[in-house]
Amino acid sequence: MSLVVLIGASGSGKSTFARQHFLPSEIVSSDACRAMVSNDENAQEFSKDAFEVARFIISKRLKHGLLTVVDATNVRDEDRADWVRLAREFHVLPVAIVLNMPEKVCTERHAQRTDRSFGAHVIPKQTALLRRGLRRLRLEGFRHIHELRNPEEVAAITSIRREPLFNNLKSETGPFDIIGDIHGCHTELVELIQQLNYHETDGVWRHPEGRRLVFLGDLVDRGPASPAVLKLVMKQVKEGAALCVPGNHDVKLVRWLNGKNVQLKHGLEQTVAQLSAETPEFLEEIKTFLDGLVSHYVLDGGKLVVAHAGLKEEMQGRGSGRVREFCYYGETTGETDEFGLPVRHNWAADYNGKAMVVYGHTPVPSPQWLNRTIDIDTGCVFGGSLTALRYPEKDLVSVKAKEIYCEPVRPLHMPPSGLTLQQQHDDVLNIADFNGKMLIENRYGGPVTIREQHTIAALEVMSRFAVNPKWLIYLPPTMSPAETSKLPDFLEHPAEAFSYFRGVGVTKVICEEKHMGSRAVVIVAKDEKAVEETFGIKGEGIGVVYTRTGRSFFTDKNMEQALLQRLNKALAASGFYEKFNTDWACFDCELMPWSAKALSLIETQYASTGAAATHALSAAVQALRQNEAAAPLLEKYSLKHQQATQFIDAYRQYCWPVNSLDDYKLAPFHIMATAGKTWFHQDHEWHMDEIAAFCEEDKNILLATPFKVVHLEDEEQVTEATEWWNTLTGKGGEGMVVKSYQYLHQHARGIAQPAIKIRGREYLRIIYGPEYTTPAYLERLKARGLSAKRSLALREFVLGLEGLERFVSKDSLKGVHECVFGVLALESEPVDPRL
Amino acid sequence: MLLTITNTRYPADDLSYLMHKHPAKVQETEFSQGIAHIFYPEVSPQKCTIALLLDIDPISLVRKNGPAGNDFALQQYVNDRPYAASSFLSGALAKAFSSALNGRCKDKPEMVSVPLDLEVNIPVLPVRGGENVLRGLFEPLGYTVQCTQHPLDGQFPEWGNSRYFSLKLTHTLTLQALLQHLYILIPVCDNDKHYFVGKEEVEKLMEKGRDWLETHPQKELIILRFLKHQKGLANQALEQILQEEEPAAETEETTTPSPVRVRMHDVRLQAVKDELLATGAATVADLGCGEGKLLRLLMNEKQFTGILGMDISYHSLTIAKDKLKLERLPEKQQQRIQLIQGSLTYRDERLHGYDAAALVEVIEHLDEPRLATLEKVVFGHAKPRTVIVTTPNAEYNIKFESLEAGTMRHNDHRFEWTRAQFSEWAGQVAQEHGYTVSFKPLGEEDPEVGALSQMGIFSKTTD
Repeated sequence: MSLVVLIGASGSGKSTFARQHFLPSEIVSSDACRAMVSNDENAQEFSKDAFEVARFIISKRLKHGLLTVVDATNVRDEDRADWVRLAREFHVLPVAIVLNMPEKVCTERHAQRTDRSFGAHVIPKQTALLRRGLRRLRLEGFRHIHELRNPEEVAAITSIRREPLFNNLKSETGPFDIIGDIHGCHTELVELIQQLNYHETDGVWRHPEGRRLVFLGDLVDRGPASPAVLKLVMKQVKEGAALCVPGNHDVKLVRWLNGKNVQLKHGLEQTVAQLSAETPEFLEEIKTFLDGLVSHYVLDGGKLVVAHAGLKEEMQGRGSGRVREFCYYGETTGETDEFGLPVRHNWAADYNGKAMVVYGHTPVPSPQWLNRTIDIDTGCVFGGSLTALRYPEKDLVSVKAKEIYCEPVRPLHMPPSGLTLQQQHDDVLNIADFNGKMLIENRYGGPVTIREQHTIAALEVMSRFAVNPKWLIYLPPTMSPAETSKLPDFLEHPAEAFSYFRGVGVTKVICEEKHMGSRAVVIVAKDEKAVEETFGIKGEGIGVVYTRTGRSFFTDKNMEQALLQRLNKALAASGFYEKFNTDWACFDCELMPWSAKALSLIETQYASTGAAATHALSAAVQALRQNEAAAPLLEKYSLKHQQATQFIDAYRQYCWPVNSLDDYKLAPFHIMATAGKTWFHQDHEWHMDEIAAFCEEDKNILLATPFKVVHLEDEEQVTEATEWWNTLTGKGGEGMVVKSYQYLHQHARGIAQPAIKIRGREYLRIIYGPEYTTPAYLERLKARGLSAKRSLALREFVLGLEGLERFVSKDSLKGVHECVFGVLALESEPVDPRL
Repeated sequence: MLLTITNTRYPADDLSYLMHKHPAKVQETEFSQGIAHIFYPEVSPQKCTIALLLDIDPISLVRKNGPAGNDFALQQYVNDRPYAASSFLSGALAKAFSSALNGRCKDKPEMVSVPLDLEVNIPVLPVRGGENVLRGLFEPLGYTVQCTQHPLDGQFPEWGNSRYFSLKLTHTLTLQALLQHLYILIPVCDNDKHYFVGKEEVEKLMEKGRDWLETHPQKELIILRFLKHQKGLANQALEQILQEEEPAAETEETTTPSPVRVRMHDVRLQAVKDELLATGAATVADLGCGEGKLLRLLMNEKQFTGILGMDISYHSLTIAKDKLKLERLPEKQQQRIQLIQGSLTYRDERLHGYDAAALVEVIEHLDEPRLATLEKVVFGHAKPRTVIVTTPNAEYNIKFESLEAGTMRHNDHRFEWTRAQFSEWAGQVAQEHGYTVSFKPLGEEDPEVGALSQMGIFSKTTD
C-alpha cells in the first residue's frame, strides 16, 4: 500500500515507465488531469486546477488503500512535499522512483515529440532542480527511493515487485489465543497458557490443535519478572508459535536499551533492575526482538486486528508514524485527569469497522465488547487478572493475579450501572447512520440496497411512531400470495403454492392455518431485570408488543403488560426459560381480533362499504322487482346484493369486541430469538411444537396454530392439505400459509420465499371488493404480477434475520437498527397492497 | 347509486314525457364511470316513478385512475363508490336526464314550467356533517326532508352510525328545478368529488345554480364543497354569484383551525422570535420547522446569521422550501438558511454549534417514553446555549367548546400537559443537563386555567 511518486524532467520517460509497470487505473498523470480541465495537456495556466483534480483522485484511491502512481515531473520539493503529506494523511508509504536521465536524452525525446507546445528550455532547468533535490528525498519523508540514471537501467527493469506491508498477515487464519498486557507477571502468564491447554516441549509452548498465542504488548515493567516474560515471548515468536505486537512500555524499553535518554519511571526502573542480572547478549537479543516488532497485525482475511492500544478502521493495515503512535498509546485528548494521567479519547465508541479489534493498554475490570472491539487488559499487574481471548470463539479465559504488584494510580474503573459498555454507548442512535442511500451487508447474500427516498420515509415513520429502538430487534417480512390460480372461480389456490415450492427444489412443506388478526412481534422477559440486561431498557415493563411497522400495538400500556405477564407465566410454567436457557424471548405472532388494532380501518372502510352496498343494493332489487321488463337486471343486482352480504360476513368473522384481556388471542408461530441464540436452524415443525407446549398453559389467550406437514411427492398428502384449505376457508377462515419445512431454503437462484399465503375465496372479498368473484371482474383481476412483492419479501426476510443475528451476538444498536430500519424503508416501496 | 323520482300529480305518467324516457322500456345510457339503467318501477296516472340505477365497474375505476404515489392504499380498491350517491350520480343524472335538466320537452313543451308533486328517494347518500347539513341544504329550498341514518353494522352497534342516510324529499316544483338541485347538492352532501375539479366546474355551478343558489343560506358551503376546497375557484364563483366587491371570507370548515387559532399561532411564533432575539443568538435552529412559518420570521431579522430549519416530514420541508422561495433568494441569503430532514430521536452532529434552538409545539407529537431520547439529543448532544420549548397548556382545553372532555387538540398529540406537568418536566431536564429554565404564557392568560400555550426558556449554565 503506497503512493509511488515518479520524479523526472520532461522527456525522462516517466509516462512510458508507468505504463509498462502499472495498471492504467493506478496512474494519475498531471498531463491527463490538465487535459481533463482544459482540453490541452500542455496548458500550464491550468496546472493549479489540474493538480487539484489529481489530488482529489489520489485521495479517493488512497482512502480505499489502492496503490497509486503520480505521474508528474515532481522536480520541485514543494510539489513532492504535498504528495508526502497526502500519503501520510492516509497512512500509506510514500515511495520515490527517480528517472534521473541525462539531459541529452530528455532533450532528444522532447524534440521527437510534436505534441509538446512548450520549449525544450525547461528541461535543463528541471534536471538541475531534480539533482539538487535528490539527496533530500529521504529527509522529505520518502520511505523507499529508487533512482534510475540512464535508459539502460530503465530497460533492465522487467517488473516491479509489490510487497505486502509487514502488518498484513491476512493469510494467518488462526485460531488464536490473544493475551493482554502482561507487565512482567510471568507466573500468571504461564498459568494462563496452561489453562489454555498449551504444553511445553523444548522451551516452546504448543497447542495440540495448533492454536497460536498473540501477545498484545506491554510485556514488561511494573511486574516481578519482566525478563522471564521476554524470554518466553521471544522464544514463542522465534519458533513461530506466537505473534507479538509492541506496547508503549516495550517501545520505551528499546529506547533505553538504545541508550536514549529515558526517565526510569512507570515501572521501567523495575525492568532495568531485573535486567541487570542478564547477559549483554540477551539485552542485545531483546533489542533486536523489540525493534523488529510490527505495530499491529491484520489477520484472518482482514477479520481480526490486534494492536496494543487498538486501532481505528482507517489506520488498519497501513503504515505511518501516526499509525504506530496510535498502536502504542491510542488517542489522547491532550488533557489530563484528576490523577495526572492523560485523558484517552474513546476511539472504540466511534468504531464502525468490519474487523474485530482486540487490544489492551487501558486496564478494565472486565473485558466488554463495544462496536466489535474489546479491551482485554484486565490489569494483572495491578492485582486484577490476566486475560486471553480465544479467537474465533470469542471466549474469555482469565487467571487472577497472585498479588498486587503495583498500586494503580487510578482505581480500576467500575461501570456505573448494570448496563453493558455497548448498551451505555448505544443510548442514542446517530442520524448519520440512517441518512441517504444505505447498503446493508448480511450473511445471507449480497448487500440489500435501500434507496434514499425510502430512508427518508423510514426515518419519519421511525421517529414519529415507533417504540424505543432498543426494543426493535426484528420487523417481520411481507408475505407474497401464491401465483394466481388457473381455476376459473379462484384467485388463489394451494396448487400454485405447492408448485412454487416444488420448483425451487423443496420436497417437504408445512401448511399453517392463517389467522386473521394483526401481525405482532412480542418480546417478553422473565422480569424487568432481564429486560435491562438484555435490551438496556429501564422502566418500560417486562416486554413489548409491536406491529409490523414498529408501533406499539396497545395504546393501553397496562393491557400490554397484562398480556405479557400472562405469556410470561405460561412460559415459566411450561419450563420454556430453562429449556432454552434464557430469560427472554422474541416471538413472531398474530394477535386477534383484527378489530382490536384495525377498528378504525374496519369502520371507515369495510363496514362503511358494507353498509352502503347492502342498503343501496336491497333498494335496487326492490325497485327492479316492480318492473317485469327488468328481469335480467334483477338477476344481476340480486347477485350483487348477495355478494355485498357475503362481504359483510367475511369481515365480521374477524371482529369481536374486546372488553378484557381474555378477549385477545395471541398465536405465536415463530420463536425468533432467545438469549444468545436465533432459531432459524430449526424446522417449522419444531417451532410449532415448542410453541404449542407453552400455549397449552394458557388456552384462554394463547393459541397454538393448527398445521399439516406435507411431502410434496405424496399426492395423497397434497390432496389432503388442499381439502384442509377448502374446509378452513369454507368456514370463513383467512386461508393458510405454506412454508418450506426448513426455515431457510437455499436453491440455485438464491433463497426461497420463506412463506406463501393462500387466501380463501370469501376472505379475498375484503381485499378485492364485494363483487370481485363476478366472472368478468375475476378474469381481469387475474392479471397480477408477483415479482415486485416476492423480491420485497425476500429482502425483508433476509434483513429481519440479519438483525436478530446481530442482536443475539451483541452487535451494536446501530447494527441491529440498521436492519430493522431497512425493513421499514423497504415497506415504503410501492407494491400492490392487495397482494 | 339508486335514485328514484316519483310524480303524483295527475296525470302522473306525464313524467315520462318530461324525462324523455319510454315507460315500458328498460333503457341504458353510458356515462364516464359505467352504465346508467333507467326504468319505471311504477307507472300510472296516479303515481309514476322513474329509477336511475348506476352500474359502476369497480375494477376499471381503479385501473383508470391508476395507483399512484402515496395513494397506494387498499382504500382505492374497496370503497363505497359503486354504491353511494356521489358526484358519479350527478354525472349520470345530467347524462340520462339532460333534456329535463335543461328544461326541454319535445312532446309537451308546456309541461316544463308546470310544478309537479315530486318525491325523491335516495337509499344511500353520504353526508358529511350529518343531518343538520342535510336539512340545511334542502329545507331552505322548500323540501320536506325525511331521512334515516344507517348504522355501520347492525351486528356491532358499538361501532355507531355510518355517514350514509336514506333520504326522502318531497316538494312541489318543476322537474327541472328538482334536477338542478340534485345535480349540485348530491356531491355537496358527499363532499368528495371523484374527479379533477377544474374551471368548467364553476360554469356548471353557475348554470345549474343560476336561479336559486344566490339566495341559499348555505351558498358558501355549497360552493366550497362543490368546487372541492379549491379556494381560488370558490372565490371566483362566489364573486360571480354575489357580484359584489366583498371578497370571500375565510370559510374553512370546522376541521381546519379557526381564525382565532390561526392568529394564536402567529402570536406564539412572534413570542418565540422575540425570545430568540433577546438571547442575542446569532445562529438559531428551528427544530420541527414544519412549513417554515417561524423561519420566515427569523429570516427577517438581521441578527440571525445562520438559520437551520429541521423537520421529520420531508413533505413539509418541500412546502417550506417553496413558501420561503429559497431557490430564488440571493446567494448571501441562501447561505444564511438551511433546511434539513432530521429527527429529534436521533443524535445529529448537524445540530451542534447553534446558539439557540426552538421547539415550537413539537414535543407533544412524541410518545412520552420517547421524550428521554429527545432530551438527550437536544440538551445532551446539540446543547445550544438557549432552548425554547412551547407546548399546549392542557388546562386551557376546557375553554374549547367543541373539544370533548379528555380529548386532545390534535389527533397526533400524544399528550397535553398542564402547567405543573410541563414545569416539572422542564425542571428535571434543566437540572440534568445544566440549564436553568423560566416560563412564560403564550396568549392571553386566564386567571383560572392560564394561557392557550406555554413556553419554557432554557439557558445553559455550564459548558
